[in-house]
Formats: sequence, C-alpha cells, structure tokens
Amino acid sequence: MKTISRIYSAVLFLFLYAPIFVLIVFSFNNSTTMSRSVWSGFSFKWYAQLMQDGMLLNALRNTLVIAVIAAVVSTVLGTAAAIGINGMNKWMKRMVMNVTNLPMVNPEIVTGVSLMLLFVFFAKGMGNISLGMFSLILAHITFCLPYVILSVMPKLRQMDSHLYEAAQDLGCSPVLAFFKVVLPEIMPGIVTGMIMAFTLSIDDFVISYFTSGTTQTLPIFIYSMTRKRISPEINALSTLLFGTIMVLLIIVNLRQSKDRKAEENLIEEA
Amino acid sequence: MKAKSAAAPYAAWMSIFIIVPMILVVIFAFTDKSGAFTFKNIAEVGQYSNVFLRSIWLGALATVISLLLGYPLAYIISHISARRQGMMIMLVMLPMWMNFLLRTYAWMTLLEDNGIINSLLASFGLGKLHLINTQGAVVLGMVYNYIPYMILPLYSVLTKIDSSVIEAAQDLGANQMQVFSKVTFPMSMPGVISGITMVFVPAVSTFIISKMLGGGANLMIGDLIDMQFLGSAYNPNLGSAISLVLMVLILICMGIMNQFDEGENNGGGIMI
Repeated sequence: MKTISRIYSAVLFLFLYAPIFVLIVFSFNNSTTMSRSVWSGFSFKWYAQLMQDGMLLNALRNTLVIAVIAAVVSTVLGTAAAIGINGMNKWMKRMVMNVTNLPMVNPEIVTGVSLMLLFVFFAKGMGNISLGMFSLILAHITFCLPYVILSVMPKLRQMDSHLYEAAQDLGCSPVLAFFKVVLPEIMPGIVTGMIMAFTLSIDDFVISYFTSGTTQTLPIFIYSMTRKRISPEINALSTLLFGTIMVLLIIVNLRQSKDRKAEENLIEEA
Repeated sequence: MKAKSAAAPYAAWMSIFIIVPMILVVIFAFTDKSGAFTFKNIAEVGQYSNVFLRSIWLGALATVISLLLGYPLAYIISHISARRQGMMIMLVMLPMWMNFLLRTYAWMTLLEDNGIINSLLASFGLGKLHLINTQGAVVLGMVYNYIPYMILPLYSVLTKIDSSVIEAAQDLGANQMQVFSKVTFPMSMPGVISGITMVFVPAVSTFIISKMLGGGANLMIGDLIDMQFLGSAYNPNLGSAISLVLMVLILICMGIMNQFDEGENNGGGIMI
C-alpha cells in the first residue's frame, strides 16, 4: 500500500512539474531560432537578452508597481473593513459578506468585463481618457480586497474582545488601544492578506486583460507573445521568478517549522 | 470594539467597483446599441448553445478528473507525518506561483506534433500522436491548472477528521473499504464540494487554455465573451448578455452543489 501511494504521488508530481521543468531546461537552450522543443546546447544567451529587452522590463516594472500599490491599499482598506464588519449586527454582516464574496464566486472574466464597462463609461464621461495604469490599479485593489478581509476576519474572531476594553480600562485611548492591543493580535492575518494580494496581483491575467487598455503587465506581455511565438527570454524570466519564489517559500517554511519546534519546546518545559 | 464606520470606505469601494459594474452588465445585456430596452441580446445567446454545452461538458470533465486524481493525493498527504505534510502541500502549491500562461505554454511545447512527448514516443519507436488542438488537450490544460484548487480544500478537510472516529468505526468491525465509504468520504464532503466549485467555475469560464491548447477550434464561453469585448465581433451588448447568462448558470450550479453540503461552512472553506 505504501509503495502504491508513493508511486501515485510521484506520478502526480511529475505531471505538476513536467511543464515547469521544460521551461527551465529550455531557458538555457542555445537555439538561434525560437524553437521550443529542439535542444541545441547550453547557453545563457536568453538571460542576457532578457536584461536588454526594454518592453519586457517595462512590463515587469508595471506589474511590480501595480502589485505593491494594490497590496498596500487593499490591505489598509480590507483590514479596516474587517474590523468594521466584525462590529456589525448579523443582518448587516451577512449582506456585506455576500458582496465581498461576489468577486470570488463570479467567474474572473465576468468581473473583468464588468469593470471594463465601468471604466469605459467613466472614461467617456471624463473626456475620453484611456484605460491604463490607473484603471489597472483600481481593478487590482478590487479583486484583492476580499482575500485580505477573509484572512483578517478569522484573527479578529479568535481575539478576545475583552482585551480591547481592558486596555481602555487601563487608560489607553481607543486609538492607542487599537495600535497596542488589536493590531498586534491580528497582524498574522494582515500579513497573510497582504502577501496574498501581492501574489494575486502579480499573477492576474484575466481581469488585467480587460482593464489595461494599452498598458502592458507581464502576463499581458506573455499573452501577446503566445499569439506569435514566445521568445525563450520568457523561459529565462520565468525561471528567475520561479527560483525567487521557491527560495522565499523555503525560507517561510523553515521559519514556520522553527517556530513550531520552539513552541513544542516551550510546551515540554512547562 | 464597535467600529462599524471602519467599513465605510470599503462599502463605498465595493459599491462603485462591484455593484455598479454588475448593474452595468445587466443594463448592457438588456439594451441595444442606441440604449433602447431589448430582449434581443438574451435571445441571441441561444444561438451559442453549442458553445455553452461544450464549455459545461469540458469543465465538468476536467472537474471530475481533478477530483479522481486529486482525492488520492490529498488522502495520501493527510496521512503522512506532519513535517512532510507541510513540504508536500508546498510542492502542490508551488506550480501555482508560476504564471498560468507560461505553464500552459509549456504544455504546448510538450504536446506539439514535433514536441517533446512525440519525440519521446519516436525514440521508443512508437508512432506519433496528434495531441495539441484537441478537446483532450483543453481538458488536460484545465486539470493541470486547477487541480491544486481541488487538492488543497480536500487536504484541509481530511486532516481535520478526528482519527478517533475512524478508530471507532474500526472497533465496530468496519473494514478499510467501509471505513472509507461510510466515514472518511462522507466527512470529507465539504472539501469535495468546495473543490468541485473551485475547479468548475474557472474551468467553465476559461478563455486562454482553450485558445492555446484547443487551437481556436474548440471555442468556449470565455472566448465568446472575449470576442464581443476585445475581439473581432465587437458587440458589448451581446457580450454582456453572454456574461449574464454565464453568471446565472454558475449560480445555479453552485446552488445545486450547496444542496449536497449539509451544515454551513464547517471547515471545508476556501484555501488558496
């Protein structure tokens, strides 16, 4: 039974990683044409070209700028919203949460076209300004917000509501009590939400595609290339991104298991 | 802490960027180019019923395959040591961090007529297979892209099942098969339901996978919407009508799914 489940997991992971493996291998392909599947020797040349591709670097910059702004704004708005929603009565809470869930249950493409209709409508009203960075940022904040709220809400619910009152009884002003007591308690949720918003924003294609006008983000740039042929530069870029993400995840994972160990030690000592 | 007003900016934001756009979709769906009320767009959606049927069929197929492939893996992961669980789940999530366009593109390299799979087959002296630009390739792309959304909720439910319940069933004489079919599987139902919805919704509405792996011959609802808004057949009114029908369709599907899910939100939950 154990061997069967090992083989099964191995096959499924092979399925999950085969395409990524192919991308990484072919990023080092020394082909003169843009051939996708003929190996002609090892080279770093696509990495070198990547560093000089202005369009691509510009798209990368746009992507990062949008992701940072969207993550920060949606985290601030979302955290405030979570606190507000937490204080609402049952009926209000349910109504607000239904709206919050809407972008998550709705197909992405519908959210995309509905936002596009809104932006085009506004743009026309304000004298034919075209869609671009601004509309992209607004759209990204919108689809990131629910994820921030859903990661902050559980932390608020777990928190002992008397803590805040206790802090006030001890002489804190409401604002001070919030920053000294509530914020540290819900911080893990806020951080998770922010990371989630950031990665969702970087990766989003469907909604960006409809709201970008002529501005290019990385996924849009990749899409426009798939209609011709993707230059192996993209393989190089995705290898770099993948490597960065893997290192980050491993660090996070190691930190978590360290924390867990520390916790276990504490329990043993007690 | 009763700070209802903290949610005010958010409420304003969502009204402008979620509710108003939805209303715009509805308005566009029921008006013609001049802005007059009409049912014509909705009626026209009927012409594309074959596209709708194909999308639902392929999406459902991809969902079932994801469930059949993902359940065993989620089960296996939930039964190994806690340390290795974290590692394995990270491995499941890692591919999701790579842009899905790139991953789908890599499948093109694998599936092409002169691609890697066919080269491998040839080197074993086997004949070529025509893989790309088929419905099979589209389903493969969907399963590949969305299977983590199936595995993660299943895993989170399966790890939460109290092992003493399973031991009790064993004490009462159930064999392995019975334990699974009478205890484990029913208790994992919330995960199954959220997994199914999380795979089915994006699969039905995709418009890139079908374009890249289906070669344009296997048009799906998403492609149809794209064509009306940014493509050759520019007609946002019809596009809105199709979007509206798609939305209603998915709401109905989810309503049906929720009928199978007794008790609300008991831990299945959405997990990204």
